[in-house]
Amino acid sequence: MAFNYDNYLRVDKMPTLWCWGCGDGVILKAFIRAVDKLGYNKDDMCIVSGIGCSGRFSSYIDCNTVHTTHGRTIAFATGIKLANPDKKVFCVAGDGDALAIGGNHTIHGCRRNIDINFILINNFIYGLTNSQTSPTTPQGMWTVTMQKGNIDPTFDACKLAIAAGASFVGRESVTDPKKIEKLFIKGFEHKGFSFFDIFSNCHINLGRKNKMASAMENLEWIDSITVSKIKFDKMSEEEKVGLFPMGVLYHDEDASEYCEMYEQVKLAHQGKRQNITAADFAEK
Amino acid sequence: MALREIISSGNELAAHAAKDAGCKFFGGYPITPSSEIMHELSELLPAEGGTCIQMEDEIAGVACAIGASMSGVRAMTATSGPGISLKAENLGLAQMAEVPLVVVNVMRGGPSTGLPTRVSQGDVAQAKNPSHGDYKSITLCAGNLAECYTETVRAFNLADRFMQPVFVLLDETLGHMHGKAMIPSEEEVEAGIKPRAEFTGDPAEYKPYGVGQDEPAILNPMFKGYRYHFTGLHHNATGFPTEEIETCRKLIERLFNKVEAHQEEIDLYEEYMLDDAELLIIAYGSVSLAAKEAIRHLRAAGIKAGLFRPITLWPSPAERIKHWTDKIQKVLCVELNIGQYRDEIQRASGRLDIDGLFKVNGRALSPYEIVEKVKGM
Repeated sequence: MAFNYDNYLRVDKMPTLWCWGCGDGVILKAFIRAVDKLGYNKDDMCIVSGIGCSGRFSSYIDCNTVHTTHGRTIAFATGIKLANPDKKVFCVAGDGDALAIGGNHTIHGCRRNIDINFILINNFIYGLTNSQTSPTTPQGMWTVTMQKGNIDPTFDACKLAIAAGASFVGRESVTDPKKIEKLFIKGFEHKGFSFFDIFSNCHINLGRKNKMASAMENLEWIDSITVSKIKFDKMSEEEKVGLFPMGVLYHDEDASEYCEMYEQVKLAHQGKRQNITAADFAEK
Repeated sequence: MALREIISSGNELAAHAAKDAGCKFFGGYPITPSSEIMHELSELLPAEGGTCIQMEDEIAGVACAIGASMSGVRAMTATSGPGISLKAENLGLAQMAEVPLVVVNVMRGGPSTGLPTRVSQGDVAQAKNPSHGDYKSITLCAGNLAECYTETVRAFNLADRFMQPVFVLLDETLGHMHGKAMIPSEEEVEAGIKPRAEFTGDPAEYKPYGVGQDEPAILNPMFKGYRYHFTGLHHNATGFPTEEIETCRKLIERLFNKVEAHQEEIDLYEEYMLDDAELLIIAYGSVSLAAKEAIRHLRAAGIKAGLFRPITLWPSPAERIKHWTDKIQKVLCVELNIGQYRDEIQRASGRLDIDGLFKVNGRALSPYEIVEKVKGM
């Protein structure tokens, strides 16, 4: 029997405002299947989104939802999570959201390793505002602000997340929805900052002027730049150029989670434990 | 009223007020001259089971506090003018989505980095409209040490009553002033806490923004079975985005109406030696301390001066201002800015002949300067 999404959807908000063939709906469905498999209670979930096409993600899921300002999802989510450490908190942001205007929060969310699930919908372009260059737009592509070809160097979001201290980092693309679902399940269950870099297509505002004006052409391009981590690791440095490894890229199950650490701060201030010292972290 | 004596600074009093008023979350970023508020709360809040977090920037400081408040707990941030400039966008979100928050601004010299360690009242106009768009700000201004405490407590209750950010303006002089203050007991503050309105009916019937045209939204705490949506977009009664013409108009009008229709709950001012006054001095914040001393000197010299001190700056006590400016011909507005509140006095009084004594070099105004000004009027 086909999976029934209705239990987690705000059905009255359908259809979404996303374009025909947009990958965001694939991620939405993978998200719902993942939380359903994990048996999460809708009342215990909060989704925080930013600005852009991805910003509307939160409004379609039937749980506690917050549509915030551009780039600030992690900051809002940090307050919600610290005030409610037992709840499931998710962020959904776009590549401009997470890596340009909100880059600082991304770095520090990863560094704190707070138990937030951060879904980056990475479509390599500012889609909603009509084709401006994003930090992940490949060099040489047309954008409305780089009409002779983009010169801006490209960000690898996962490298950033790993370097900044996220304890679960993975990447998948909408060409393989089942893998997104599996990655979500693994990351949502991880205690710590889980960073998901999900490649999505924007054939309308990235593809149209870059010779991939249909969803299928855009997806084929995504396939051409992605390779499984297992294959990637066996490649020579020359072969790796222009390719992104897919799957779980980093997973540290022992990293200290921020809310748990803050509980120790509370205990120390309540006289229930000694002051926190370097020894508290050396044991890890 | 049971008062207790406490020897402390303005910033520390604001922090203790937050704790006593049931604040459970503080998010902020270090900035002179407000940092002591965060220092104090970093000990007070975790001791009570709450959270105090130093974030990566001012923007994140206010955003996490708004997030915590959205989930249902009393929350606060504190900063100075440059921090408000950075927080402005998210304060706009809190106005639009009707999220309560207490924002303490310990004013220093501006614009820009200005005079970080010196006093100013340069953020009075900013407090009225820190963010883009139309909404009605509520701004309280402490005029002495005790009010650093009582106005912070009042701000928490007003924020939850009107479901919006409430500013508490301190200034560098008050924030760092150390002395004796008589403040209400913890029990009295606790007894005065008025929690947010909550909808208790069938979740299917819940319309968080579906309230009367002069009432604030009713936003239930998260995670309790009432699943709804916050957004900074124009939204309908259920909280979801809309561009429907009448809904958009009514939403913004309601953000004004909910404050204007209940201004008597917000108004607060002090009238000092005004009954027989022939000269009206209008001053607020730490400047009012100098003004009172100046008035005593002036009266000893035979000049009948009196003080009108707004404690709620926004919305201004316009009717009361007009009452006194109609009655008293000579009016002097004394401020540590170039007449930011005199503009409002002119508006409320309908008079353009309001005199001003303004100082913007980071130094406090002395009673002597006010006396000299008055003698020259």
